[in-house]
Amino acid sequence: MKILKYLRTAIESLALHKTRAVLTMLGIIIGVTAVVTTVGIGRGAAANITQRIQSQGTNLLTITPGSTNSGGLSNGGGTARTLTVADAQALLDPSLQPRPGLVVPDYTSNARIVYGDTNTQNSVVGTTPDYVTVHSYAMGDGHFLTQDEVQQQAQVAVLGATLSTELFGTSEPVGQSICINGQPFQVIGVLQTTGGTGFNRTDTQVFVPLEVAQSLLFNAPRYRGQYTLTDMTIKVANIDQMTAVQNQVEITLRLRHGLKAGDVDDFNIFNQASLLQVADQVAQTLTLLLGAVGAISLLVGGIGIMNIMLVSVTERTREIGLRKAIGAHDGDILLQFLAEALSLCALGGLVGVGLAYAVAFAVGRFPSAPFHVDIQPDSIVLAVGVSLISGVLFGIYPAMRATHLDPIDALRYE
Amino acid sequence: MTTRDTADHPLVQLSEVGKVYQMGDVQVHALRGISLAVAHGEYVAVMGASGSGKSTLMNIIGLLDRPTSGSYRVDGVEASQLSASRLADLRNREIGFVFQRFNLLPRLSARRQVALPLFYASMAPHRAEQLALEALTRVGLGDRAQHRPEELSGGEQQRVAVARALVNRPNLLLADEPTGALDSRTGAELLALFDELHGQGLTLIVVTHDANVARHAHRIITLSDGRILEDRPAQEDGINS
Repeated sequence: MKILKYLRTAIESLALHKTRAVLTMLGIIIGVTAVVTTVGIGRGAAANITQRIQSQGTNLLTITPGSTNSGGLSNGGGTARTLTVADAQALLDPSLQPRPGLVVPDYTSNARIVYGDTNTQNSVVGTTPDYVTVHSYAMGDGHFLTQDEVQQQAQVAVLGATLSTELFGTSEPVGQSICINGQPFQVIGVLQTTGGTGFNRTDTQVFVPLEVAQSLLFNAPRYRGQYTLTDMTIKVANIDQMTAVQNQVEITLRLRHGLKAGDVDDFNIFNQASLLQVADQVAQTLTLLLGAVGAISLLVGGIGIMNIMLVSVTERTREIGLRKAIGAHDGDILLQFLAEALSLCALGGLVGVGLAYAVAFAVGRFPSAPFHVDIQPDSIVLAVGVSLISGVLFGIYPAMRATHLDPIDALRYE
Repeated sequence: MTTRDTADHPLVQLSEVGKVYQMGDVQVHALRGISLAVAHGEYVAVMGASGSGKSTLMNIIGLLDRPTSGSYRVDGVEASQLSASRLADLRNREIGFVFQRFNLLPRLSARRQVALPLFYASMAPHRAEQLALEALTRVGLGDRAQHRPEELSGGEQQRVAVARALVNRPNLLLADEPTGALDSRTGAELLALFDELHGQGLTLIVVTHDANVARHAHRIITLSDGRILEDRPAQEDGINS
């Protein structure tokens, strides 16, 4: 690399105007820091979302009631009241191929929960013992609903961790009695916290036997004599059969609901794996967007370099003239100024990468941060590469100006 | 450029050289038909009032500028035939420049100032530094090699500039008002150095308006309005052999 020959001269020239060099580099420093950290934040957030979805199991199918149509008008999701306990039982039919696996029906609604003088409005989930297995929840205290308790419609309840603390504080909840919509329930267990936020509200929910919720608490509507459901979750045994099982479930439910060929489904099947795919795509777009914002600031930094280099060429006209008089070729002058622009960018890039690591470290020190900054070598290579390229792009014009100076005019220049 | 037989042809030969500058709508004739030959080993002073064309003449001889008419042969080679790159090589190897205001680079040690032409000649750095030290010793600054321009007096700075001009062992030293920024004592020292260099066989062309400077040369050319007014041998003062 012939340009290395000019590196020492370049660095000496920059050292002559340290403040100016640092200010010029600032654009590149901020640009590189921005690209590396924003891409890191995007990746960290993506990893976080993926992990959260995966923690709930990617082999889950969730079936919710669909919409009814009245005169060609859709009434929106959940308005159909056709998903019943019998549907859930039908999916357990051993003759189905492939077999769906664990099927957990639930009926969820809001109810008033009272213990002592604490009074809250929370979501109550009527379900079956397999609920904890399907969602991979762990018990913090006591036990979950048993088969016997569900069949006997026992008035027992399992609490989410946050709700338990809200009602009982530090005292022992298991064995205590609470009121749900005025009915007494005995607390038999508390779930471990799942840490979920957003659509995952497990920590604030109450779990009771399915039929207790349907009949005693909410008086759920019936369809063909059967209590309806608000949800049905299927844990597919073999993840490779997700699509096959999804098709099987769809066909079975359509047949049971008497839908004809042209009719739309009166239920929705929600595939956790496809959610993961969507989340990945969203995260990629996010990363790209953030990276683009950073790249723009790199561009601005590059323009700053061009600006300062142009000033520098004008200021150093005499020097350029002298160098030419003692035998510098045009190429020598060109490479010297290019080397200066590149040194600025390389140094700025290195400082920027260092700053990005400092940011990542600082964010990592906060355990409550909703994301971490995930810095990968490729984003560093990209950022420093782009800054070097912008050094060449924005350095070449001032360098050409320097090259084309007439040595006599340059020497005469005051 | 290879070393040639010095008796073969003049080092500098101008025939009917003219230089016209276009200043807006006006044409300025800086040189009007200069014919001049300087042989190897000569010491020539070019005198004239400001605006007489002496600086333009020096720029053309120094290959920094091209004539608009006539021919200039340097050491037998027609300069107008040479590429910009070849001209840079000739400036590097055949010609040394000394300017009125020294034109040293800021904050660079004397040794590295002097090594600069060798850098452009792509010489290995350690060899270049060694030659630079030799050149500095030659001008009496061997012990000031690590000093920066701002740590040197005006006379010392001009000596560094002379060492830089000489480091590549050129055939021709061109000086433009070399004592213009020096006091009379350091000016006299510099001229003594020129005399010494001339004694060693170097060809010198000094542009000046100072008769005391011109007195050191063996031949004085006086320009007026872009023409040679007078071209005469200087009075022998017994300064040189």
